[in-house]
Amino acid sequence: MPIKRLFVANRGEIAVRIVKAAHALGVEAVQAYSEADAEMLAVRLADDAVCVGPPQAAKSYLAGKKLIEAAKEAGCDAVHPGYGFLAENAGFAEGVEQAGLTFIGPSADTIRKMGDKAAARAAAQEAGVPVVPGSEGRLASTEAAVEAAKEVGYPVMIKAAAGGGGRGIRVAQDEAELRRLAPQAQSEASAAFGDGGLYLERAIVAARHIEVQILGDGKRAVHCYERECSLQRRRQKVWEEAPASCLDSATREELCASAVALAESVSYRGAGTLEYLFDEKKKEFFFIEMNTRIQVEHPVTEMVTGIDLVAEMIRVAGGEPLSLKQEDIELSGHAIEVRINAEDPANGFMPFPGVIGKIGLPEFDGLRFDAMIYEGYAIPPFYDSLLGKLIVHGKDRDDAIEKLRRALDGLSIEGIKSTSPLHKALAKDADVRAGKFHTQFLEPWLEANPLTAE
Amino acid sequence: MAEIKSPIPGTFYRRPSPEEQPFKSEGDKVEVGDVIGLVEVMKSFIEVKAESAGTVKAFKVENEEPVSAGAVLVELDD
Repeated sequence: MPIKRLFVANRGEIAVRIVKAAHALGVEAVQAYSEADAEMLAVRLADDAVCVGPPQAAKSYLAGKKLIEAAKEAGCDAVHPGYGFLAENAGFAEGVEQAGLTFIGPSADTIRKMGDKAAARAAAQEAGVPVVPGSEGRLASTEAAVEAAKEVGYPVMIKAAAGGGGRGIRVAQDEAELRRLAPQAQSEASAAFGDGGLYLERAIVAARHIEVQILGDGKRAVHCYERECSLQRRRQKVWEEAPASCLDSATREELCASAVALAESVSYRGAGTLEYLFDEKKKEFFFIEMNTRIQVEHPVTEMVTGIDLVAEMIRVAGGEPLSLKQEDIELSGHAIEVRINAEDPANGFMPFPGVIGKIGLPEFDGLRFDAMIYEGYAIPPFYDSLLGKLIVHGKDRDDAIEKLRRALDGLSIEGIKSTSPLHKALAKDADVRAGKFHTQFLEPWLEANPLTAE
Repeated sequence: MAEIKSPIPGTFYRRPSPEEQPFKSEGDKVEVGDVIGLVEVMKSFIEVKAESAGTVKAFKVENEEPVSAGAVLVELDD
């Protein structure tokens, strides 16, 4: 049944994005908001809005029952969870469906299965998708570790089978080093956990983070190519691109086909992302996890494919089959997204809640700004610091970087500090311009290139 | 009588983590630089430190309550 009136159970820039996508489809949007969010942009744009509780997320955007009640009372027939909050909460998805509403996303069973790392790894292996190679079970001796390492492939990470939290992890480049390190790891594991059993996993050095966007209707799935999000600080992505410049077309096809195979094997419905680590030297990719929701960085995919991913997820949730065939989806040019956060990069990325003053934003072809801000808006301190995403689309990567520089030079947000200076510095960096980076690149780079107050 | 104010808007916490004891309770002595609580702002935790010494007379904000910048968190007796 096509969706007529959807409830947005989220806030910030993604709520704005969902309200706009709903309107583009002729669907009404009712916005949930906390007491701290009455003035947010999505409330102003929505057809209706409902206060769902106090500022604390646990009492508002994470209060599943209240959200479902509010959606029903507002006469909605569907709930869009956005990202974060309850987007990957199987119980919430179930509750929405039990209340007779449509959950805009995959089934609760799929969320549960793909949200569990071990179950997701098993599903990937079942579908023939490579996962990070590791030893089976507990390795009790050095000889057993050496045997296992032949299968896993060097370099290997040596972990305590009983351990956790990264304690006592060692990396062996070859058999000689493994023979030297394994006994140390065993005695340390015995001392720490009372169990000297070891576990080996391939160490992927200088891995790049690559993820494949997929869309499914429960029967069929397609991919919308990949994104690269290797520039991360404290495991938070700060800069995202599509496509990944480090992939050749044969590897790209193989990677994307593996994502479709896994999505179809779990009868995936909606928009989802499969995350991989990519070993550039060996041209090998390994599935690590799946996100069963729309992602922050989805716009770069929209720019290079021309597909409206949020609209597509709403249509599919309404029972329509996918409107796209794989051969209809083509890559065009290169897109980059940078996250504009209310943080001061010259002061340890200290959060900077405040009142937005004048906003200056250049306008040119290939520039998009997905944001939650307007002049006079007071940013509440209770939620994350993402104000918006600056997205550029160029004919190739160099062109996209030039457009990004132009956009950042023209962007001004008075009244607060933002991460814009970080992105300006990155856009000038020789390694970033050459696409030479990996997931461990940004933090040492920040140490070596401290940002100063502008 | 001295006051300790929140340097930043956010959510006030009296404990380092839910399982631990409060940083300070009523009647406790406070030295300059002592942490009396945390304010969570945009998912970061900022320590609130005393700028004068004294004895905690009263907490003016409950644990996990929203606060604005400059809100009085604690009243101190000299």
